[in-house]
Formats: sequence, structure tokens, C-alpha cells
Amino acid sequence: MPTVELNNICKSYNDNLVVNNVSFTVAQGEIFGLIGPNGAGKTTTIRIVMDITKPDSGEISVLGESLNEATKNRIGYLPEERGLYKKLTVLQSLVYLASLKGIETRLANSRAEELLKRVDMLPHKDKKIEELSRGMGQIIQFLVTIMHNPQLLILDEPFAGLDPVNTKLLKEVILELRSQGKAIILSTHMMNEVEALCDRILMINKGRIVLYGELAEIKSKYRNNSVFLDFDGVLGEIEGVVGKKNNGEYVELFLDRETPPQKILEQLLSWGVSINRFEVSTPSLNEIFLQVVEKGR
Amino acid sequence: MNKTILILKHEFGQTIRRKSFIIMTLAFPLLALIAIGIFGFTQGMEKPAPPGEVVIIGYVDEMGVFSGYTEQPGEPTVILIGYETPEEATGALLAEEISEYFIIPSDYMTTGVVARYTLERELEPPGEIRWAIKSFLLSNLLREQTSLEVTERAKAPMALTSIRLDETGQVATDQGGFGAFIVPYLFSILLLMAIFTSSGFLLQGLGEEKENRVIEILLSSVSARQLLTGKVLGLGAAGLLQMLIWLLSAGVLARMASTTIGGLLSTLQIPSNLLVLGLVYFILGYLLFAILMAGVGSISPTAREGQQLSMIFTMSAVIPFMIAPFIMNNPSHVVTQVLTLFPITAPITVMIRLGLTDIPTWELIASISLLVIVIIGSLVLAAKVFRTFLLMYGKRPRLREIIKSLREA
Repeated sequence: MPTVELNNICKSYNDNLVVNNVSFTVAQGEIFGLIGPNGAGKTTTIRIVMDITKPDSGEISVLGESLNEATKNRIGYLPEERGLYKKLTVLQSLVYLASLKGIETRLANSRAEELLKRVDMLPHKDKKIEELSRGMGQIIQFLVTIMHNPQLLILDEPFAGLDPVNTKLLKEVILELRSQGKAIILSTHMMNEVEALCDRILMINKGRIVLYGELAEIKSKYRNNSVFLDFDGVLGEIEGVVGKKNNGEYVELFLDRETPPQKILEQLLSWGVSINRFEVSTPSLNEIFLQVVEKGR
Repeated sequence: MNKTILILKHEFGQTIRRKSFIIMTLAFPLLALIAIGIFGFTQGMEKPAPPGEVVIIGYVDEMGVFSGYTEQPGEPTVILIGYETPEEATGALLAEEISEYFIIPSDYMTTGVVARYTLERELEPPGEIRWAIKSFLLSNLLREQTSLEVTERAKAPMALTSIRLDETGQVATDQGGFGAFIVPYLFSILLLMAIFTSSGFLLQGLGEEKENRVIEILLSSVSARQLLTGKVLGLGAAGLLQMLIWLLSAGVLARMASTTIGGLLSTLQIPSNLLVLGLVYFILGYLLFAILMAGVGSISPTAREGQQLSMIFTMSAVIPFMIAPFIMNNPSHVVTQVLTLFPITAPITVMIRLGLTDIPTWELIASISLLVIVIIGSLVLAAKVFRTFLLMYGKRPRLREIIKSLREA
């Protein structure tokens, strides 16, 4: 049973369809990337999952049921537009917001100390939020999201405003949570982070799904069917190669549809060519992103 | 624990720790204490002479008819000494033989003007001096016209007392008067202050939460209705606490002041119907304003804009104060009745009217019922507006959008 299941969700504001027939599932123990350009409908989709915004039509199931107070308590949500009470201390913020998720005060206190220790922020527990740096505030915000040990995590731009050290720390914690079997929806513009963390992705543009599936599959689908080759010697006619591009230190060979890269490698080895580098060209997620968005314009 | 109660406790705790709340709560008793102190101090200053001490005043009679009655009947506290010329009187004043003098000019009978000369810098003549001069003039003017007894009565012709009768012609238990009027009036001021303070905090809190971007985090844990209800009740409890502190301190202050203001305060008492109706109208009035403020807060991008928008409601609420003289003079007029029934003006109008007249039961029932209906209606609509616009950052929705969202919700 998927942790999250959306079927044919539609939502419009002032006759503008911002989410158009979106369906997807998120499984337990996976990191699911929700990507798309600005204004694509990602935040609205997330708010619909969280029951903050009501959809015009479609069905949603979260943790096996339609969203209610009990299921809300099992979700950790880090919104894009986020903040904390400036006058509360770190500990007070964590405990109060965890209590709204149904955690008892005593348990929330010990859990808060445990998490603060994990991110090396225990000495700051009695500081007011307004006294923290932006990055530290972001980390506290993340801790608020996981204080109640949720089954489903929804993280909207979790790395925004973080320095490389804190980004690394956050990534480590996210991976730990996945290994604990949590389902994680990650929405971000940082494609390198999506590539590094996500198992599957959903890309929406203008409210519609434009990409959906396993990251490796999508990358394979969008590959140019070319290989990068660095060699010593002279290269003759290779069967299955329809074009060449000399990039200085290496050559890119464009293959026809029927020829797999393995066949090219076999030919080169049979000729006794000295190969320094042979790499199947796969586009980065960023390139796929740009390609898909530009195609949609 | 119920999430609404958690929000209530949080809002209550945060509000009563706010500096502005503490200052506002303590300001009323402190200001009253200072006022009592100043009153007592000035009363002490005005006392012209301790018992047994006599004040000597000079006068110059240019008309030549004011030679008798230089001492008043009974225990004399003021003695008058006549002088032939102003220069003589001035000399006596400077020699401290007299404390002051006055001149009755030759045209006194046509003008009534009496000039008083003193070495003191003062706002107006002390009451005792004024009374002594007036008594001296009257006694002399009437000495051959009538008896001493009539003259004395002419000096203070009446001490008017009003006695209110009930429908059966018996003396009513509630006699009204200054005390009966001033208590509800003060109560209405306190009510308005408490309502505005609490609902103002609600507006400010919502604005801050919007600016701090805490709202979306809260809405991921609780529903818009739970959030709205928790906030309204939490801040209402803080407002009630403020009212309670004010009322308790008013009781203590009244006892303290009875020694200085005495007679005035002896008529002051808080009737039980005022307390009950005060509490009812405080709760209903606060709920209405809090819900309206929550609606305003959810459509306002910042706390400041919210406060500006809320002026529409706060100005409407103070209308009864602005036309208070009209309400006082016409407690049963149709305009007063309309203000009693109109939910936004009802709490204050009822408080003002309570001290002046018996409000017909049907009006009270209708007024409270209307308030309850409007509160329920506002809560339903505000929750919809709250849910739709609370997460709209940086811009204020147009009226058309709000109406559309209410229709669609």
C-alpha cells in the first residue's frame, strides 16, 4: 500500500488551472522528488496533500486513509514559506509544535534534546529563535518537522538558505530517515540534490505531469545515445556510429537507435585501440529539466 | 490534550506575558490610584483653615451700605474688617493684618461686580471665601427687607433630592443617580478597552504569524477552525483576566478613596444585574470582535495593514460613546434602541443605558440573540476566509475575490 496516493487531482484559482489532473504514489522507504519550475503547482499540490488547500476534484489517500487529525499527526511538513515564533526559545518552539502533533510534553522535551544533540545544537536550546542565525533557524525548523517521528515527511525546499556544512548534515539526516522506512517527498530546485537523494521523481509544469518515474529510467530515456571516447591512435569507420563531434580531449560518438554502446566498445577492443576513457553519455537532471521546461513553452 | 485547548493555553500564556498587556492591565489601577492621590492632595490644599482658626478679610465699601454683619451666624471662621480707602486696605494686606480684601464699587447695584485683591496666585477664589463674601453681601442687602431666618434660607434656597417611585407608587429600591449612572459608564469604558485590547492582540498575533510564516506550520497540525477557535478563546481568557483585575482593583480603590472622595463614592455600587449583563456582553462582544479581527487579520498581508483595516469595526463600536449625551438624554429613543440591537454597538450601548433606565426585557433578549446569531454566522464565514487567505502572503485580496471565495467555500 502506498504511503501517499493522489488520483486525478485538479485545483484552480480564479479560472486558472494550477493543478491539472495530477496522480502519483509515494512508497514507504523512498525519497520522492517533486520538481518543476516556479509556479508549476508544486506547493499547491503539497498543500492539497496536507489538507491545507482543498482540491476541486480527485482523490487523496495518505497513510492508507483520507487525511484526518490522526494522520496529520503522522506527517512532518516543512513548508517553503516557513518560520517560528521569534520570542520562544528553541526548546519551547520544538515542544509546543510537537505537542500540536499529539506528543506529550515530557516526551517532547526528551525528544527535542536528543535531536538537538544529533545536530550539535544542544547548547542553543534556551536561546530565543530571534537570536539564531538563519541557517540554525532552518535546522530547528527541520527538527520541528521530525520531532514527532512522522511516517511521511514533506520537505519543500529544505536546503534553501543552508551553507554546505548544514546542507550535508541535512542530507545525512534525510538518508537516515529513509533507511528507517519513512516516505519522503522532497520538493526543490536543486537538481543535484534530487539526483543525489531521490529514488523516483515527478516533474510538473503548468500544473500537468511532464515526467514521472524512476530517476534512472528517466535519465536513460533522455540520454542522447552517444558515448564519450578518449583514445590513442587512429579511428576508422565504426559500424552503428552516425556522427562524431571532436571536443578536444575526447570525441563524442553519436550512435544510431539500434546500436548499444556495448557494441561500439567491442568493435574498438577488437581493433586494438588503446582506450583511456569510454563513457555512456547521460544527461544531468538539470539538463532534462531545462529541456522539458523549454519544450513546454 | 485537545489541540484547541493547547492553542488556547499557548495564546493565553503568550498574551499575559506581553509587555503591552501587563502595562495596559496595570495602567488603569495605577492611574486611578494617582487620581485619588491628586484629589486627596488638592482637597488638603483647599482647606482654608483648621478648626478654630479665623481668616480676616478686608473690604472697602464705596456704596456705604455694607457696614453690618461682618461676622456670620454660628462659629465665625471668616471675619470682615472695613477700610475707608483701597490704599488703607492695601497697606493692611501688605502688613499681613488681613489675608485679602475686596472692593464694593459705587455702581455695584447695577453691575454686581466685586473686585478681590490678594497676594496669592490662584486659579479661582477658594469656595469658603466666595461663600463668606456672598453671605456678607446678602446679609447686608436684605437686613431691613426680611428676617434673619429668610435671609439665611435665601443664601441656600434648596437642597434638591429626587426619589424614584416604582410602578406601584412605592419608593423604588434602585434609586439611580450619579452612582448608578457612573458605574455602568465606567464599566462600558472598561468593556471597550478589554475588547479592543484582546481583539487587538489577536489581530497583531495573526499578523506576526503571517509575517513570521508560522501559519502554514500550524495548519499542518491543526485545522483552520481549531486554530481560530483556540486563538479567540485564549485571547478572550486573557481579556477576561484583565477585566477581573480591573474590577477587583476598582473595589479596592473605591474603599481606599472613600476616605478622600467620601460622599461621592458612598453612592457607588456595582449592581448585580450590571455584573451579569456586563459579563454576558463582554463575552459576546469580545467573540464578535475577535472573529471579525481574525477575518481582517487573515486578509491583511501585515499586522500594520490589519490594524488599519480593523478601524472600520473599532470606529463603529465607539459610536455609542460619541453620541453618549444623546443616549443619556434619550435612553428610550428609537436610535438608542437600534444601537442596542445592532451587534457591533450593542455591548457599549447596553452598558450606558443600564445606569439610566430599565432596558425592556425584549430588547435585551433581542440584542443578545442577534449578537449570538451574528457571532455564529461570522465564525462560519471567518473560518472560510481564514482558510482561503491566511496563506496568501504579500498581497491583500480584492473584495471581489473574498466574496467569490465565500460563495465557493
